[in-house]
Amino acid sequence: MGKVLLAGVGATPIGEHWEKSLRDLMVDASLNALRDAGVEKKNVDAIFVGNMSSGYLQGQEHLGSLLATWLGIPGVAAHKVEAACASGGAAVHDAFMAVKSGLYDCVLAVGVEKMTDASTDQLTSALIMADDQEYTAFAGFSFVALNALVYRAYMDKYGAKQEDIALFAVHDHEHAVHNPLAQYRRAVTLDAVLSSPLVADPLHLLECAPTGDGAAALLLCSEEKAKELGLKPEVEVAASALATDVLSLHDRDDLTTLNATLRAAERAYKIARVEPKNVDVAEVHDAFTVLGVIHLEDLGFAKKGEGWKLVKEGEIEAGGKIPVNMMGGLKARGHPVGATGVYEVYDAALQLLGRAGKNQVEGAEVALAQNVGGVGGTVAVTILRRVR
Amino acid sequence: MSYMNSVPRAWRERVTKYRLIGGRCKKCGKVFYPYRGSCPRCGSDDVERIELPKRGRVKYFTVVRSAPAEFKRYEPYVVALVELENGAIVPAQLTDVDADEVYEGMEVEGVLRRYREQGEDGIIEYGVKFRPVVGGGGEQ
Repeated sequence: MGKVLLAGVGATPIGEHWEKSLRDLMVDASLNALRDAGVEKKNVDAIFVGNMSSGYLQGQEHLGSLLATWLGIPGVAAHKVEAACASGGAAVHDAFMAVKSGLYDCVLAVGVEKMTDASTDQLTSALIMADDQEYTAFAGFSFVALNALVYRAYMDKYGAKQEDIALFAVHDHEHAVHNPLAQYRRAVTLDAVLSSPLVADPLHLLECAPTGDGAAALLLCSEEKAKELGLKPEVEVAASALATDVLSLHDRDDLTTLNATLRAAERAYKIARVEPKNVDVAEVHDAFTVLGVIHLEDLGFAKKGEGWKLVKEGEIEAGGKIPVNMMGGLKARGHPVGATGVYEVYDAALQLLGRAGKNQVEGAEVALAQNVGGVGGTVAVTILRRVR
Repeated sequence: MSYMNSVPRAWRERVTKYRLIGGRCKKCGKVFYPYRGSCPRCGSDDVERIELPKRGRVKYFTVVRSAPAEFKRYEPYVVALVELENGAIVPAQLTDVDADEVYEGMEVEGVLRRYREQGEDGIIEYGVKFRPVVGGGGEQ
């Protein structure tokens, strides 16, 4: 089977887009990706739209046909893909499968979420739908509350300190300063993070990814199609893998590891024929500081219980052992939930394309993006590589 | 949202929620809540349907200070993973206790309490919440 090439990437800034609708955002991102690739829209033969909550937040489903309609290419195969906050990663996975299988040659993977149409408590209701509505949502858990339990379990088990774990947020904000698409382009101090209000103890507001609007898109092409169109993409999607775990924390024996990350990463490394030590830059799903730390461990960059040390010792900076979230991560680039998985691949791609500006990791050849749905009920891992 | 205002749904869930109906895997021994036909740990289909004990200890807890719309008027409130006497873990609210009095390992017992309402004219949904056992153990 031939390579799956990344022909183009596009995204909107993340933020409060009062003047733009859900459809405006996904159309903008898609056109940006097509323009970036230099490909006319008539060449697209399939679209996968990652989105979590358009039914609840906009009263709008059927996003595949909606996007095809507003892009002016009705007729293509198109549908929505949903896996909570991993919807974007799932859309990338489906697009990868579509091209890899040979069924489609030129595919858009789009992620979109429009969150600022809703009030905070409505959003909180929407986000807990990532977990079990009949049992955890019923009992009044918020999504933040579930992650707060993971935080407690992690500190209990490994004796890690909150002031070390919370550094993840400081790291993200530092890097978002130089990302023109980031929602919060300003640095924060550890003191500011730890003195921000509690959302669900021990999680402070500035340890949680913000809510925002945004859309990102990737154009994936087969080698044959790229040749036919005269394209010479510099990056390939070397692997895309997706795995699940039991949906809820109360079914798990260990709260401090995401089994779905272990499974998806193992598959992705195998497909791409790389090991964690070969990864030059990674985008991890730090919806909450402690989750960022756990991901570093589960992806094989740190020993269990020691992920926070990488952060504290500067090993996730450029020049460190494994540069992570160089464009600001979920915390500061932003986290429009269903779009995030596509933004992560977008940010990883910028590194391999040498387009990351002041956040560039020099000479990056292999990049990994990890996207988590719920508290790890789904994890998608994508590995990009410069075409040799 | 229609789910929130569904009478058949509340009726359908009543037995599992009022009596805490769980499962015990005959293969690996895991005890879990709620009941389903396969074990969440090992995947075995050899699962026994059981009523869970109503006493246990707080395993992990947090205080919800920014609540979903249906619970907005109750914030702040305490939610926890409660480990029952036979090892099953139940996600539930704590009641009859202040947030700053809760600790991991605290001994608790289940009581039937109101969880949420289906609007002003709709039905009230009940379920098991946990309260501290009077004179109960559990070292702080």
